[in-house]
Amino acid sequence: MIIIQYLKDDRGGAFMLGLLVLTTIVIPVCNLLVPESSGLHISTYTMTLMGKYLCYALLAMAVDLVWGYLGILSLGHGAFFALGGYAMGMYLMRQIGSRGVYGDPILPDFMVFLNWQLLPWFWHGFDWFWFAMLMVVLVPGLLALVFGWLAFRSRVTGVYLSIITQALTYALLLAFFRNEMGFGGNNGLTDFKDILGFSLQADSTRAGLFIASGLALGLGYLSCLYITRSRLGKLCTAIRDQEDRARFIGYRVENVKLWIFTFSAMLAGVAGALYVPQVGIINPGEFSPLASIEIVIWVAVGGRATLYGAVAGALMVNYAKSYLTAAMPDAWLFALGALFVLVTLLLPRGVTGLLRKKEVTQ
Amino acid sequence: MKSKLLTASLACALTLSSLFSGQARAEETIKVGVLHSLSGTMAISETTLKDTMLMLIDEQNKKGGLLGKKLEAVVVDPASNWPLFAEKARELISKDKVAAVFGCWTSVSRKSVLPVFEELNSLLFYPVQYEGEESSKNVFYTGAAPNQQAIPAVDYLMNEMGVKRWVLAGTDYVYPRTTNKILEAYLKDKGVAEEDIMINYTPFGHSDWQSIVSDIKKFGSAGKKTAVVSTINGDANVPFYKELGNQGITADKIPVVAFSVGEEELSGIDTNPLVGHLAAWNYFMSVDNETNDAFIESWHKFIKNDTRVTNDPMEAHYIGFNMWVKAVEKAGTTDPTAVQDAIIGVTVPNLSGGYSAMMPNHHITKPVLIGEIQNDGQFEVVWQTSGMVAGDAWSDYLEGSKDLISDWRNPLSCGSFNVKTGKCSGQK
Amino acid sequence: MHPLSHRACSLKIFFFLFLSFFLFYAGPTHAGENTTRFEEGLSLLLHKDFKLKGKGIQQIADSGEKHSEQLLQALLEGGLYRVKKDNTLVYAAIDGSKASITAVLDGRDLGIAKKRKLKKITINNTLRTKLKGVLAAIDLNNPDPEIRLAAVNKLITTPTMDSSALLEKLLQTEPDDNVRLALTTAMAIISLRSPDSEQKLAALAVLRGSLNPAVRNELNSLIAREQNQEVRKKAESVLTAIESKIAFYALVEKIFFGLSLGSVLVLAAIGLAITFGVIGVINMAHGELIMLGAYTTYVLQQMMPGSISLALFLAIPAAFIVSGLAGIIIERSVIRFLYGRPLETLLATFGISLILQQAVRSVFSPLNRSVATPAWMSGSLQINPILSLTTNRLTIFVFALLVFAGLYLILKKSSIGLQVRAVSQNRAMARAMGIRAARVDALTFGLGSGIAGIAGVALSQLTNVGPNLGQAYIIDSFMVVVFGGVGNLWGTLIGGLSLGVANKFFEPWAGAVLAKILILVFIILFIQKRPQGLFPQKGRAAG
Repeated sequence: MIIIQYLKDDRGGAFMLGLLVLTTIVIPVCNLLVPESSGLHISTYTMTLMGKYLCYALLAMAVDLVWGYLGILSLGHGAFFALGGYAMGMYLMRQIGSRGVYGDPILPDFMVFLNWQLLPWFWHGFDWFWFAMLMVVLVPGLLALVFGWLAFRSRVTGVYLSIITQALTYALLLAFFRNEMGFGGNNGLTDFKDILGFSLQADSTRAGLFIASGLALGLGYLSCLYITRSRLGKLCTAIRDQEDRARFIGYRVENVKLWIFTFSAMLAGVAGALYVPQVGIINPGEFSPLASIEIVIWVAVGGRATLYGAVAGALMVNYAKSYLTAAMPDAWLFALGALFVLVTLLLPRGVTGLLRKKEVTQ
Repeated sequence: MKSKLLTASLACALTLSSLFSGQARAEETIKVGVLHSLSGTMAISETTLKDTMLMLIDEQNKKGGLLGKKLEAVVVDPASNWPLFAEKARELISKDKVAAVFGCWTSVSRKSVLPVFEELNSLLFYPVQYEGEESSKNVFYTGAAPNQQAIPAVDYLMNEMGVKRWVLAGTDYVYPRTTNKILEAYLKDKGVAEEDIMINYTPFGHSDWQSIVSDIKKFGSAGKKTAVVSTINGDANVPFYKELGNQGITADKIPVVAFSVGEEELSGIDTNPLVGHLAAWNYFMSVDNETNDAFIESWHKFIKNDTRVTNDPMEAHYIGFNMWVKAVEKAGTTDPTAVQDAIIGVTVPNLSGGYSAMMPNHHITKPVLIGEIQNDGQFEVVWQTSGMVAGDAWSDYLEGSKDLISDWRNPLSCGSFNVKTGKCSGQK
Repeated sequence: MHPLSHRACSLKIFFFLFLSFFLFYAGPTHAGENTTRFEEGLSLLLHKDFKLKGKGIQQIADSGEKHSEQLLQALLEGGLYRVKKDNTLVYAAIDGSKASITAVLDGRDLGIAKKRKLKKITINNTLRTKLKGVLAAIDLNNPDPEIRLAAVNKLITTPTMDSSALLEKLLQTEPDDNVRLALTTAMAIISLRSPDSEQKLAALAVLRGSLNPAVRNELNSLIAREQNQEVRKKAESVLTAIESKIAFYALVEKIFFGLSLGSVLVLAAIGLAITFGVIGVINMAHGELIMLGAYTTYVLQQMMPGSISLALFLAIPAAFIVSGLAGIIIERSVIRFLYGRPLETLLATFGISLILQQAVRSVFSPLNRSVATPAWMSGSLQINPILSLTTNRLTIFVFALLVFAGLYLILKKSSIGLQVRAVSQNRAMARAMGIRAARVDALTFGLGSGIAGIAGVALSQLTNVGPNLGQAYIIDSFMVVVFGGVGNLWGTLIGGLSLGVANKFFEPWAGAVLAKILILVFIILFIQKRPQGLFPQKGRAAG
């Protein structure tokens, strides 16, 4: 119960977790049990939207773990998110079975459409939920492991590392756009029917997914907290602040970086997997380098190296985006752009930095 | 500590404030959703369609609205982000309670919103030419299906211009892939040999066309009349045509017929080197008739700029909107199910000088026009089908879909009915 | 002028006068008959049916009437109209919604008419080809050797036995070497179709090494049908020789394509090499500064519609100033508060890029704008029948090198350049030496941004001018700078060019998409090998 000890020191985090538990319970209850006529009813639209935000929050936290605590500015975390999403998407595609428009029992619609005869080898196994879930963490994890092993071993740091993570996600973007890859090309995977036998269009399934997202975020937060407050976490901070010195003292800097990076990628994969059934589509757009830069921006807006700051940042920026794209469709980019500039200039430690500054002065 | 709580709860309140807004509004107007990207990569094409919708709604209101109520446009910006399309569609339907949505451009955006429309049983009018292979109860496809654009264009090149060798060039996504699959099957059917067909795919926004144009040039120097069938998408067209012009590929040597290049795209290109290249559409701005003149005039007035052009997807929205209005009047309600029944068979004038009808497969009838690019950025019609062509949801030239038909009337009421097995798969 | 060539010249003129006389007035037809033919042809042009129009064109061409060439030329260029009211044919020069018109028949000036009262006589591709063919027959006698060459080349693609005699006659009097070569090639191709083996062998000897695509096609069909062993062997050897030559030129072409792509990358990246490499700002708005340069070109062209070339030249300094000023404003208002925190510059400049994009959308509309290319920059430089280098690419390649050289000189030779380097190497020491670091920062950022603007001018000649222009190049620019080595201009140049060439070598066997993926994977692996790029910065500054 060392975790509880850590939480006691992390007031912001404890507050956030409390709020998270509350919303995870209240929103599904208000959606499912409160009648629609009541003022307290929460629409399915709002619940799905919140579920999506929670997935983004988990993703932002994964980025914060490597950026805030290790100093690795990954401009390619969207790739891990998307890979997790694709693994989930492939499971959901397999669940459609013969209910596709062509009624083919084996091939997904987009393959029938392009005259594919056989299911590609990498699609096998995705009929099973456990296998898909394994892939959700394994595929991003493996990619991060290989990529990180190459990069950290040859001591690529700073902007060079950032740019090659960007190259990584860009390359994957182009690759997934290709229809020959067997992932549905630009259209991606869509038209999902059900998950574990529950219809994706049912409110109860959506509530379940929402709760799962909340749980994943909570557990993710606790595990990140555990890592950052443990000895390993201290070492991380040491590496972030003075990598050479940490190395001279005798730590295997590469290994620490590699494992944390891999773990972060897996978290991102989980976030992607929960995201896909809630938004109903996964396509190569998620690999776009600009999407990955946006994730970093959530973290920066919320406040780097606090974990709960990343969560707050993801929620705020995405809420602002949802709100502004409907409220001022012609000018929302001005507002969003100005927000980024102002936050950087006026709040260098992010929005949550405001709170912490008070703490310090107290 | 206190202030911290305050700030945090403020942030929390901000997040939750969206929950309750928008539900209390009264229903004096009929809301129409406009779901077109106003930022991001697709803003180039879609912003015009948003303006078109605003104009059509405005005009309808001047005529007294619909069912005695005013129409109100609800515009949102899905920002060329496909999952955001789904989110915004849900917002329009369940939060703003729109009666129908006009929107989407790319296939992927339509695929993204499709489950939302089916789940919430609302209506989407989709105005762009697309690859076919889809028929949803909730979507009305007012753009061209492949048989309303690609096949007639190839027929024209083959019969009128004697083309023997074909380059099928496209951007690598579903629409070009499918269209080229269909065309390849069609050409082989007509006896074109394998080595006389060259297929090439490029990524989105491809800007360096040197090698590909040079390859086309080499392919075309084999002594047989060669043509390029281009399904190259939006942004990549300008550098493509510039490179064609510079490498000296003029229309009389190797004509290019495009399915995604209209007046709007041409307004961003210097068309002098392109004179004579072709495009196949169901409408051209240069079409000479009174309905079209009136449309152009009101468009210029609405957008306050008389150099703006009109194009085929705008016409599709014009047709789609008028069909919806007529169907609502016929049904006496905006209820989606009633409109779905009422709209089949509705006939409205199109801008090419004829009448378009909504077919039971939710596609419409349109004439097919082939135009040649002129040096003023307009197309001159050089050929057109003698009558209207009905849109075919399922292509006859694709293995998987040649046995499928779509008919949303009772008793069949099915989007993909297999006539061989007698089974209806997909949405019912 | 050399006296001899002078004589040749006047001889030529005489010859053409003679020949055109011959062409137009020879034959048994009477002038009166011709005029009716001509007028009949004119009335056929008024029909909607393209087949009838085609007949009309043929009649007009056959009539030999003296202004038929002018008429056909106008028809080809879309300058022939009919007055809607009375169906008279007129030439019209359109200016906005008005048109000044001249009657076709008697050349009378009919003043100015509203454009809506006129209707263009349209043609389709079939007619266009026909017109060009008809005009080419007239062109064979054009005084300009280039036009004659084009006309002969046109004949080569459709050689018939009848044209042989015509070619023979032309050859005897043709003074220009290139045209003579084309004529002999055409005649040789025709000889290949004769039944006589000797004649074929002789023709093959003439055709050895000819790069004209028609020759290759003819040889291929000759090999397929030829019975005579000797002829076939000879044809095969000629074909192999031609093909190895073609392979060589294909290689040259590929390298040119690569260098050209590379020069675009260099142009886009070189400004970034300064802002990113020298002062360490991750400027995500770099692409939008390029876009501003492109829009500046557009605005200048709108302001001076008559002189596209001049506008383009003026756009270079104008774009430099516009983007440079925008850069200085960004630096003074945002970035100067963020020095030493490079990753936060990324965040702020990303915000700025969103604002700039939307600003352009609001001001210029989200549609692409059309930037015209001056005549001297369109078309291509024909080296031989299979190798031609497009002029705009060539210009931009040279331009990129000039920009690079200019920038290099500024940084190495000018005092501001010295200060920039001093500040970038050791800020504290530079300030101790009396350099106003803040001013230098602003100027450096302005310089980098201004160069981005200049890149925008060049890109406006190649691609879309629209709000998304910047986004299309930002990622590639970062790749080039990092690949070349941050803070090293030479690295950017070599890096950009080599990535361009590599891309073009991958493209044929991997396709455009895979080629790009391969390049990215290559960069990732390369950075593992050389974590500081191609040319790592040396010394203390590297830390």
